[in-house]
Amino acid sequence: MTTRAERLSAIWESPPSLYSWFATVDHKVIGMRYLVVAFVFLALGGADAALMRAQLARPENHLVSPETYNQLFTMHGTTMIFWYASPILSGFGNYLIPLMIGSRDMAFPRLNAFGFWSFLLSGALHYIGITQGIAPHTGWFAYTPLSEGAYSPGLNTEFYALALLFLTISTSAGAINFIATIFTMRAPGMSLNRMPLMMWSTLTTSASMLMSLPALSAALIFLELDRRYGFHFYDAARGGTPMLWQHLFWLFGHPWVYILILPATGMVSMMLPTFCRRRIVGYAFVAMATVSTGLIGFGVWAHHMFATGLPHVAEGFFSAASMAVSIPSAVQIFAWIATLWASRRIVRPTPMLFILGFFVLFVIGGISGVMVASVPFDWQAHDTYFVVAHLHYVLIGMNLFPVIAAFYYWLPKMTGRMLDERLGRWNFWVMFVGMNITFFPMHILGLRGMPRRIYTYAEGLGWDSLNMVETIGAYIFAFGVLLFVINVVRSRFRGAPAGDNPWQASTLEWSVSSPPPAYNFEVIPVVASRDPLWDAAPAADNPGDARILDERKETIGTSTLDAEPNRRLLMPEDSIVPLLLALALAAVFLGLLWKSVLLGAVGVAATLVFIVLWVWPGSEFPEATA
Amino acid sequence: MMFLALQALTRAAGGGPPSTFDAAGPGAESIARLGTGLIIAAVIVFVVVVVLLVLPVLRRADGEFTPAPESDDSPRDLRWIVLGGGLVPMLILAGVFAFSLAAMREQRQPATPYQVDVIGHQWWWEVRYPNEGVTTANEIHIPAGRPVRIHLMSADVIHSFWVPQLQGKTDAITGQVNETWLQADHPGVYRGECAEFCGMQHAKMAFVVVADSPADYAVWLANQQRTAVVPTDSSALIGQNVFLSQSCSYCHTVRGTSAGSSVGPDLTHLASRRTIAAGTLDLNRGNLAAWILNPDRLKPGTKMPPVPLDGATLGALVAYLETLR
Repeated sequence: MTTRAERLSAIWESPPSLYSWFATVDHKVIGMRYLVVAFVFLALGGADAALMRAQLARPENHLVSPETYNQLFTMHGTTMIFWYASPILSGFGNYLIPLMIGSRDMAFPRLNAFGFWSFLLSGALHYIGITQGIAPHTGWFAYTPLSEGAYSPGLNTEFYALALLFLTISTSAGAINFIATIFTMRAPGMSLNRMPLMMWSTLTTSASMLMSLPALSAALIFLELDRRYGFHFYDAARGGTPMLWQHLFWLFGHPWVYILILPATGMVSMMLPTFCRRRIVGYAFVAMATVSTGLIGFGVWAHHMFATGLPHVAEGFFSAASMAVSIPSAVQIFAWIATLWASRRIVRPTPMLFILGFFVLFVIGGISGVMVASVPFDWQAHDTYFVVAHLHYVLIGMNLFPVIAAFYYWLPKMTGRMLDERLGRWNFWVMFVGMNITFFPMHILGLRGMPRRIYTYAEGLGWDSLNMVETIGAYIFAFGVLLFVINVVRSRFRGAPAGDNPWQASTLEWSVSSPPPAYNFEVIPVVASRDPLWDAAPAADNPGDARILDERKETIGTSTLDAEPNRRLLMPEDSIVPLLLALALAAVFLGLLWKSVLLGAVGVAATLVFIVLWVWPGSEFPEATA
Repeated sequence: MMFLALQALTRAAGGGPPSTFDAAGPGAESIARLGTGLIIAAVIVFVVVVVLLVLPVLRRADGEFTPAPESDDSPRDLRWIVLGGGLVPMLILAGVFAFSLAAMREQRQPATPYQVDVIGHQWWWEVRYPNEGVTTANEIHIPAGRPVRIHLMSADVIHSFWVPQLQGKTDAITGQVNETWLQADHPGVYRGECAEFCGMQHAKMAFVVVADSPADYAVWLANQQRTAVVPTDSSALIGQNVFLSQSCSYCHTVRGTSAGSSVGPDLTHLASRRTIAAGTLDLNRGNLAAWILNPDRLKPGTKMPPVPLDGATLGALVAYLETLR
């Protein structure tokens, strides 16, 4: 007679083989892969930045050529925004969300695997250019007509446009999966108003992705049609307009900013109560603030375009909307402040330090955001280092700092080992100090008239010393990130065992072992509050209960609003098809890149074949139907 | 006082950086006033919020992960959110918005007879005075104390026209005419630059705005309206022949000669300008010669091709260019 855990392991675990390494659909493996690959992209984007800062350390420096510098800042921006900041959050989401909601996997495990592979392959496609010295060089925003064939001939911009198009497919798949998972697979009893706050931020983000990505895809497809097939979407001389690109790009681009920060603020709202030893104050306020940030985020795009000569009435509208979007942020901040004040005991391990650092950087980035939302002020600050400072306070402060906090907090759950506290404190202070030395002076430089995206500057304009300070700061900051990597590597060998719940936290992921078993939960838990581990013992171990499901690879489906159990969900086995489909799409994009009809045709044919294989009756559950 | 502190902060030692807070005209001044107010408000908000965030952490940390007590939100806790997250920011933002709109009204263009058309090129600025029939490059003369209307266009990609000490920036967009205005209160030279990334040499696309006293402006304008003088010096005469027979005239105009192409900057009064190659180099004999021989070495990617000339020919050509005052 086998135990229940053994039976579940036999059903859920993949046999260790090369095949299953490529074919796994386990959300934890996929989540971990997202985290690792996104972190590698962070390092690559950071290396770009380190070179740029070295070039800018002194006026009239000749370390890199203008062309190289322009490729570096373009790669830095696209890498960080598209292949680090969003995927790293997908990594946490993939790993944690099923555990947080008491499910055994994501709603569409094979789609999840496909999302990861196409993210990886699109990133590789994007990086082919730089190995040949022909990386994209028109900025992450690739304004037309500069990015059109007449001014950017060659493959540089093709890498940008095609890799991004490929990535939008991956990202859309991921967003659909998160929405379906959160809406249909929460543990019985976890009604919408009991979901962990990270679910609200993930839902908002995923919906924003699905609504904003089409604008980017359209913009990119128009660009490719212009560049390669003689269309004139952006060609002013033939009835098009370059402004179309700007509207489409920012209609996508500004919601994307919130996509990069909302899941991170959601993670903060998960961690903060643990360290304050009490529930978050104003759960409903935070949830609604998150949703409204996502919504208002769609009405602010033209604040990137205040210098383009829009009518003043329109500028006034977008200015007001851009200021209004800071209100939900203020609501979130004050919910956190209220939680801190209502707490009788606050604990300050490393993740809490990163959260406190996040607060400070968030406030600075938010305030400078309101400043540039003021139209006349923006006429001076726009496209200067003031904006560079603002956006790095927002993205490093509101994405990277919460991400590092989340690693300190959740990595013990993923690996079973704690990170070192002493090294963690050093890690925090070096990063925090380095960040501020690098980016705070940029506010001043911008107001002193230093424009963005210049590969060098003349001596004696009053920019020399602050640039040197920033470069030193950048290397301090990079050293701080290195300390983090050292801490992670060290924990693999010498980290203290974490136990199930090292922080005495309240949500379901802490009720299982660290690392969690392949099947996540032996018994699907039942939830009766927002903080199940604080309010009641984890659901009773009840062998006669229908929530065990240890005969097939199954989990429970529940209703969207009240999470009433309403069906058993049979989950798919490992499959190589997601990888093959991603490879086929990569062939399509490579065919487009090299204008190879043969490769493109093979790719399209293979794509169709693998889609058919994917949906082929019986392929999803081979063992169940055998 | 805060304003002075900001001026000190944004005006580097050595003087003369193109700082937005070192305003020299009503446009930039009105924005600098708004900016000062915004920065004061920003500092206050920052200090208050950070104190609220950090104070409880300093006071209550005792470092134990004991089980969490039962806790519900009291009305007092929620008041934080309604006041601090809702009401107070709304009031502050309403104020910020009102002051911004007021500053926008101040930016409305005053009526003026003066107009300059500025056309962005990769990577230089063409400057035309449509009413006076003058064309020049990278150097805009305006009469001090008078508002001047600027029409912005682009010959290729999008550029952005920015003179930090005089006025906020406005883009020069392909297929579109944008409008802005400049006014310098006193005679002086104000640095401007391209603020929208426009390709390889975006970094070297500077220009100057020279505000002249009305009398000086009239003199300058009269000179610019004249066609180029016919050189009297024999070396310069040879140089003129070189200019007209070599590739120079394929791209440049010198009014009064057969060179009439408008691909590159109009050189009719080249020697009256302060710099060449959009602020890249000071205008002098050595720089001119080096530039003509191999522009790409000094400004990689520039659209001007190298002009291989022997020393004597080059010397004559430079001598001719120096007569174009």
